[in-house]
Amino acid sequence: MHLTRSTILGLAAATLAAGTVFAASHANVDGAIKARQGHMDLYAFNLGLLGNMAKGEVEYDAAAAQSAADSLAALAVLDQSRYWPMGSSTADSDKTRALPDIWKDGSDIGDKAKALVDATTAMSANASSLDGVRAGMNALGGACGACHKAYRQPE
Amino acid sequence: MRRIIGFLAILAVLGAAAFWWVTRPVTADAAVLAGIEPDLARGEQVFHAGGCAGCHAAKGAEGEDRMILSGGRAFPSDFGTFHAPNISPHPEAGIGGWSALDLYNAMHHGVSPDGAHYYPAFPYGSYVRAAPEDIVSLYAFLLTLPQSGTENMPHDVGFPFNIRRALGGWKFLYLADGWQVGGDLTEAQTRGRYLAEALGHCGECHTPRGPLGGLQAGKWLAGAPNPSGEGTIPNITPAKLDWSESDLAAYFSSGFTPEFDTAGGHMVEVIESLSRLSDADRAALAAYLKAVPPVE
Repeated sequence: MHLTRSTILGLAAATLAAGTVFAASHANVDGAIKARQGHMDLYAFNLGLLGNMAKGEVEYDAAAAQSAADSLAALAVLDQSRYWPMGSSTADSDKTRALPDIWKDGSDIGDKAKALVDATTAMSANASSLDGVRAGMNALGGACGACHKAYRQPE
Repeated sequence: MRRIIGFLAILAVLGAAAFWWVTRPVTADAAVLAGIEPDLARGEQVFHAGGCAGCHAAKGAEGEDRMILSGGRAFPSDFGTFHAPNISPHPEAGIGGWSALDLYNAMHHGVSPDGAHYYPAFPYGSYVRAAPEDIVSLYAFLLTLPQSGTENMPHDVGFPFNIRRALGGWKFLYLADGWQVGGDLTEAQTRGRYLAEALGHCGECHTPRGPLGGLQAGKWLAGAPNPSGEGTIPNITPAKLDWSESDLAAYFSSGFTPEFDTAGGHMVEVIESLSRLSDADRAALAAYLKAVPPVE
């Protein structure tokens, strides 16, 4: 399982780092931006259950927590390369806050994606206790925030 | 005629003397720290509560690199661009040659060890409320951090703001150690007030400033333009911020908003520091924010 994840991730990172090469028409760019924002919504939806359990606003339920954590882990390893075509940054579209630095030489976007996979894997392994969920939320916040800090335009 | 000239001359001398008196750098003597023993664990918490790394670590530093306080980050403002100095314990490039009293005078009086005024980009307008015990412990903790030999960059500030002596006048107008939020506070709210108003220096960004850069009275935490030019810094008084205390505490810990988006802008740096505080301190900050007078 870990090998598979690493392989998928490696491919995704390599595709991004090399600069994705799909000929991006406007329709493609808009579709890709919508798709990746939808993907972010799916993270938020699953984080919502775990986060509200961590806050004590939703009663902790081990099965529900595990399901949400597994969903996050599955989302993190999906092949996202087609979500991020060249020409879909803030320099090209006003529908995105994705900064051009994502696609620049020396971008560590692959490392950031790896950090998210690691954090979701850890959450999945530790969701069987409320303390595990709490610790997992902090780690996930770190992984999400680090990428947003580097690569998302502030509002 | 001669009397009038003489009178004016005396007035000019008095005016210059008053300017000289008002703008002189004031410092405390060693008695303020007498008998205080440093506590490294406490110093580490003060370090994170004060958000030192948020400005003094190199731009883009992550993880353990945030503990290398080499300085160099640029902070644009209406008065020019300020560069955070090196506060690593390097003996020449940093603060390795400082005493605890030097740090106290920097934080409380905005005065350097050689007697010059600091610009209030260094938030001594907040740190002036910091407890001497916390400063002594912070000093001891800072000395345990890695050294960096990075040279300080000069600030890029034009006339007349480059006259450091005039900062004494700024301090005369704006530097005060009273609390912004008064009234009956619970123990948690009181602790939260100390964390927010003294160490955390929340008001430095979240409170709007007047033309001379002083915080506007009656607008505590009511939001402000972002000096970097990107968007605005939000109003976090109860008039606008409707998050629950548990939402706030969770945000300070993980950086997730109640919608499970993450913090943005410089607040990411702040969360990186707040996430290292105790649950009790994060809850105290949340309780304090609920006690701030609402400002529309």
